[in-house]
Amino acid sequence: MSDPGTITDSGSSGEAPVTMLATPIRLDYQYTAGLSQSRFLQGIAQGKFIGQRCPACHKVYVPPRGSCPTDGVATTDPVELSNSGTVTTYCVVNVPFQGQSIEIPYICAQILLDGANIAFMGLIQELPATDVRMGMRVEAVWLPKDQWGLTMASVKYFRPNGEPDADYETFKEYL
Amino acid sequence: MAERCAVIGVGQTKHASKREDVSIAGLVREAAGRALEDAGLDWADIDAVVIGKAPDMFEGVMMPELYLASALGAVGKPMLRVHTAGSVGGSTAIVAAHLVASGRHERVLTVAFEKQSDSDAMWALSVPQPFSAPLLAGAGGFFAPIIRAYMRRSGAPDHIGILVAVKDRLQALKNPYAHLHIEDISFDMVKDSIMLWDPIRYLETCPSSDGAAAMVLASERVAESSTSSRPPAWIHGMAMRSEPTMFAGRDQVNPQAGLDCAADVYHQAGITEPRRQIDVAEVYVPFSWFEPMWLENLGFAEKGDGWKLTESGATALDGGDIPWNCSGGVLSSNPIGASGMLRFLEAAMQVRGQAGEHQVENVRTALGHAYGGGSQFFAMWVLSTDKP
Repeated sequence: MSDPGTITDSGSSGEAPVTMLATPIRLDYQYTAGLSQSRFLQGIAQGKFIGQRCPACHKVYVPPRGSCPTDGVATTDPVELSNSGTVTTYCVVNVPFQGQSIEIPYICAQILLDGANIAFMGLIQELPATDVRMGMRVEAVWLPKDQWGLTMASVKYFRPNGEPDADYETFKEYL
Repeated sequence: MAERCAVIGVGQTKHASKREDVSIAGLVREAAGRALEDAGLDWADIDAVVIGKAPDMFEGVMMPELYLASALGAVGKPMLRVHTAGSVGGSTAIVAAHLVASGRHERVLTVAFEKQSDSDAMWALSVPQPFSAPLLAGAGGFFAPIIRAYMRRSGAPDHIGILVAVKDRLQALKNPYAHLHIEDISFDMVKDSIMLWDPIRYLETCPSSDGAAAMVLASERVAESSTSSRPPAWIHGMAMRSEPTMFAGRDQVNPQAGLDCAADVYHQAGITEPRRQIDVAEVYVPFSWFEPMWLENLGFAEKGDGWKLTESGATALDGGDIPWNCSGGVLSSNPIGASGMLRFLEAAMQVRGQAGEHQVENVRTALGHAYGGGSQFFAMWVLSTDKP
């Protein structure tokens, strides 16, 4: 077996050997949202967060996935949720990367919408990254109505809504 | 467990950010060859091969086990592939051990790998989806809010993560296979490193590594007649558990699947007091704060007290009563798919007395642990010098 560190092209004339090629591959997906997520995205296109309640444990999931992971039953009951919620926990992203569309550092938070029983990840803006807190009350800021569509990008970000912070006891089960 | 099973050979690569001298096939063969040599066996002696790696999207080579069969001497033999995200190295070893424990095979080669230099692990799983914003910027963005929740819940002071980061890198200096050898690692160096995903600093994060790990698992009959220069490490318990990534009321800091997995493996091994009965542990800690979190999840400390154990030095190779990650752990080498198997393998090395400079004295019982995905996959085993 030849030593892989010293492989050379027998026909080469002193040029550096080619040891690696980068071959970029692209895959485009046609995403089928399914029934529950379709209803959620149709709600988003109308400026609303629509969750679903589990008929067994009565917990409200948003975005809904069509079934309750705990009870294993379909969640069919739609629930319209508030535009406001609570930051349960968060991190401040300070990683520079290619194609970054948000200026770093930015706040990436788990947001528990009022009326929901599960938090989801969202961007917090309109305050310095050092000022975010667990328990901070926030509200969704939407794109202009004519730009709403079947995508979470219809929500620009969340921002503080001016209410006093939620008590830790009220959201500690959602960490 | 039906038939007794033991580790009779281990092998790993020198882990590095770029192993440009080998392909994926060369990488796995390097680890597997060393495991066979340690076991005193040849490729032809192996009955079956069980292989694992993190998601195929990382390197973009789909079902790599098919192309690796010849490199692993598996042509014409049973070969299984295991998929459990970052915990896969641990799960793969357990699947391999089951083939022996079931009585089906007597000599099983198990291998796990990752070649991060051929891949884009950070972004392979952060694909844009229409119902969620791509904000996380890698695994750190997922785990940082969970770490913050732990800090809030336990009241742990900010410097605990730094202590773990320093301890594991100091221990890595005693492990010639470790990727990171930071000779002048210090508290201030970690503290002053950039906050990538506040509260996770750069030096509180695992590296991206190329590497592979391999073990030979054997039946009682084969283990007892083994020509290996080292004694067998007997399996006293092995368990896997998983839970959904998202459900209402999920405790991401102290996941139920981890608690259940630990309870099962301890029950099998007769362990009621982990801190007293286990001599050394290799636990999957990719971000420094996961040491205190897993100390609690694995029952080495009461809920909320894990950080006190870390702060007291109890988990250090130098002077601790329950050394964790003497090899330097995931914080010092992270070939993702292999990282879990390295924990299992390092536990075997400690039991077999072959860990060299990072060997703990008089080890009888060791724990190997792996977790993966969004803290939803767990795999653990307990090994001992004594036959069960």
